[in-house]
Amino acid sequence: MAGLISVVADGIAYGMLLFLFSIGLSVTLGLMRFINLAHGAFAMCGGYIAVILLNQMGVPFLLTLPLAFLVTGVIGSFAERAVIRHLYRMPELQQVLFSIGLAFAASALATIIFGPQQQPMLLPDWLTGRIDLFGLEITGYRLFLIGSGCVAAVGLIALFNYTLFGARIRASVDNRRTAEGIGINVGRLFSLTFGFGAALAGLGGALAVGFLGLDPTFPFKYLVIVLMVVAIGGPGSIAGSFIAAISLGVIDALFKYFVPEVGSFVIYALLVVMMVFFPKGIAGRTA
Amino acid sequence: MSAAIETSNLTVQFGNFSAVNNVSLSIQAGARHALIGPNGAGKTSLVHALTGSIAATSGTILVGGEDVTRMPQRLRVRHGLARTFQINQLFRGLSVLDNVTLAIFERESKTRAFWRSAAADRAVIAEAREHLAFVHLENFADRSVHSLPYGLQRLLEIAIALATRPRVLVLDEPAAGVPAAQSEAIFERIHALPRDLTLLFVEHDMGLVFRFAERITVLVAGQVLSEGTPAEISADPRVREVYLGRRGHHAAA
Amino acid sequence: MRLFERIGIGLPLFAAAIASYVLFPDYLALIANIFILAIFALSYDLLQGHAGVVSLGHAAFLGIGAYTSAILAAHGITEPVLGLLAALCMSGIVALCLTRIVVVGNDLTRLLVTLGVGFLFYEAANKARWLTGGADGMPDFEVGPVLGQFHFDFVGRTAFFYTLIVLAIVYLFLRRVTTSPFGLALRGIRENVKRMDAIGAPVARHLATTYTMSGAIAGIAGALLAQTNRFASLDMLGFERSAEVMMMATLGGSGSLSGVVLGAATFGYLKDALSALSPKYWHLGLGIVLMLSVFVLRNGIAGGLATGFAALKRSLGGKQ
Repeated sequence: MAGLISVVADGIAYGMLLFLFSIGLSVTLGLMRFINLAHGAFAMCGGYIAVILLNQMGVPFLLTLPLAFLVTGVIGSFAERAVIRHLYRMPELQQVLFSIGLAFAASALATIIFGPQQQPMLLPDWLTGRIDLFGLEITGYRLFLIGSGCVAAVGLIALFNYTLFGARIRASVDNRRTAEGIGINVGRLFSLTFGFGAALAGLGGALAVGFLGLDPTFPFKYLVIVLMVVAIGGPGSIAGSFIAAISLGVIDALFKYFVPEVGSFVIYALLVVMMVFFPKGIAGRTA
Repeated sequence: MSAAIETSNLTVQFGNFSAVNNVSLSIQAGARHALIGPNGAGKTSLVHALTGSIAATSGTILVGGEDVTRMPQRLRVRHGLARTFQINQLFRGLSVLDNVTLAIFERESKTRAFWRSAAADRAVIAEAREHLAFVHLENFADRSVHSLPYGLQRLLEIAIALATRPRVLVLDEPAAGVPAAQSEAIFERIHALPRDLTLLFVEHDMGLVFRFAERITVLVAGQVLSEGTPAEISADPRVREVYLGRRGHHAAA
Repeated sequence: MRLFERIGIGLPLFAAAIASYVLFPDYLALIANIFILAIFALSYDLLQGHAGVVSLGHAAFLGIGAYTSAILAAHGITEPVLGLLAALCMSGIVALCLTRIVVVGNDLTRLLVTLGVGFLFYEAANKARWLTGGADGMPDFEVGPVLGQFHFDFVGRTAFFYTLIVLAIVYLFLRRVTTSPFGLALRGIRENVKRMDAIGAPVARHLATTYTMSGAIAGIAGALLAQTNRFASLDMLGFERSAEVMMMATLGGSGSLSGVVLGAATFGYLKDALSALSPKYWHLGLGIVLMLSVFVLRNGIAGGLATGFAALKRSLGGKQ
């Protein structure tokens, strides 16, 4: 039983990370209808930033997180303004080709700069211990991840539903022309949103290094599962993404534990089945 | 003798909103029937429901006596119900001729044949040219769609629908987006359509409606307000009120 | 692009292929590989260039074809043409079973599902070590003489002609398909699905046929790949292969058969020349070219050449 709880905790922690990776993509897809298969590259970027800061510059772990968040966000915003915004009106194939190219280039760049090996991450002592929670032992880092994920989810929901920024996003998702008509600077909103999404992915990537590891194949490893979270949760839906992410994380962990010979195969089979029967996702909104 | 197309208590609901509310229509074969109404009256929703682009929430639709209510659009086309769109839906990357030959190939179910040559089917190409000739586009056969002015594209839209050899043709604002001179030309061709073809057209331009329609149905807020000949409709005070307001400043169009 | 097809560029291409036999006798293996890539790219172009269906997992069929012929050979059926036919059937059947995927759902769903299918087969092959050899791939299996007559030699002569003949057959077949009423219907689907419904077209059935054909032909390419290299590996099913074939087809010119063959030839040559130098820089270059291709030379080589041809015609006509 204790083993099962541990696996579920692992799954939830994984799900939290998936949520952080995917939420930016979900909003981008819902808002700009832009299919970005390279979104995982932002997560990878955040991971490498955290690694450099921690291992080579001696920055304390907790500080690497907001820094990874900010730097990735800036990179994302810049990319949106310079290149990405020209792709919105292009047909689907072009968007797909571009983002695949971006993913390959980012991955190659990471290999060239950092090498193909896994990056070590020295977590601070207070996170690596085992914690006794309600009679069950959970690794401190798992708890930290779960906690961070919940804080992020709550914060995002608050941001979306209770702030002007969130209201503007919701308006623009709903009807871009009308939003522009009432004076919302949609172009700048897109830049900010894209950057914010990238920042969240970067934060997720930084958090992931100590749990999932980091190497240049990162954008491809999680591509399918991140897209699944977005598609199943429904593009543009925070709650949907959260539920989908946690569910997929737990399912993946459970299957890897109980039927390790089958492993990731299950996730992909699940994807195919889900998309055949629920093409519009749980939230019911079309892309 | 059953009606060419009729609906019985047709309703189309989107959530709580009834775009089409209990509409019953009966259109006889060979009719020139216009559907008019203010913006948002539900005309386009009605057309979509009739042709199968969207599913009706309740009610029935019969084409030539056959119940097509549960059929998807492509099966309704097979039963002789064709439509044109308010905004051109053409095959932009294909030539003008190919737009029509494709419709004929589909009608004849010849599109299964991946081993035959399309260019070798002279009968189909000849028929396509006839349809193009009817809308005066025969000289544009090898041109690309986007090289055609918008008004001519509207005519191509009609040619494609005709190529499916329908018994009932629903035209959704055939002259929409076209300057006045060209809309004359479009309606002139509509007027020249054979009498065994039943026509239902949605139109805003009252001048065109009163000249070409033999019967008119007025739709307001998803429901039928009035139906009759052009003379009856223009004399109907309720219709004048809906279109012209209570004071009736403007003369009937 | 229509100009291209009317000139009948297929014949000059075939002549060029024969010429390369004479001109580059030391590179026959590479050229055979290019022929295989061309077949793979053509199969993808039928689906994406003609019907407009973007698939992110097309390598799955390449891999299925490769492993089918490899497994058969390992179990004693070594005659290549038989293996080829078996691969064709196997890939075709799998594609037929999966047609619901390309037919149902919106664009995002389809992208996602085709992506998932690609990874699904990769993982399945990875885990089924007993059948496929897993991550190590299937080692040297015996490949018998083609039709019992033509042994595979070290120089690659047999491989060259074997793959060239299959390519020619595939090319002619697709030429016929794309100029048939069915091909016209596919272009109709690509151009305007709404209109297709409104003329009574059975869109779902057309897409199912296309997907099946496309998968079967990719399977042919896979079998050839396994047979000429005497090796089947997981990377044949991988995402990179799927991305590569998308690139070859769009680089050459979506919807233009000869363009796609040119694209495959160019890509195959570049990959051989550059990736041996440094795989990571190859990937970087690949990524950058993909990103640029969206902005520059949108219609691929074929489109660029066709535009150039048209401009040439105009300027020559002007002089008279």
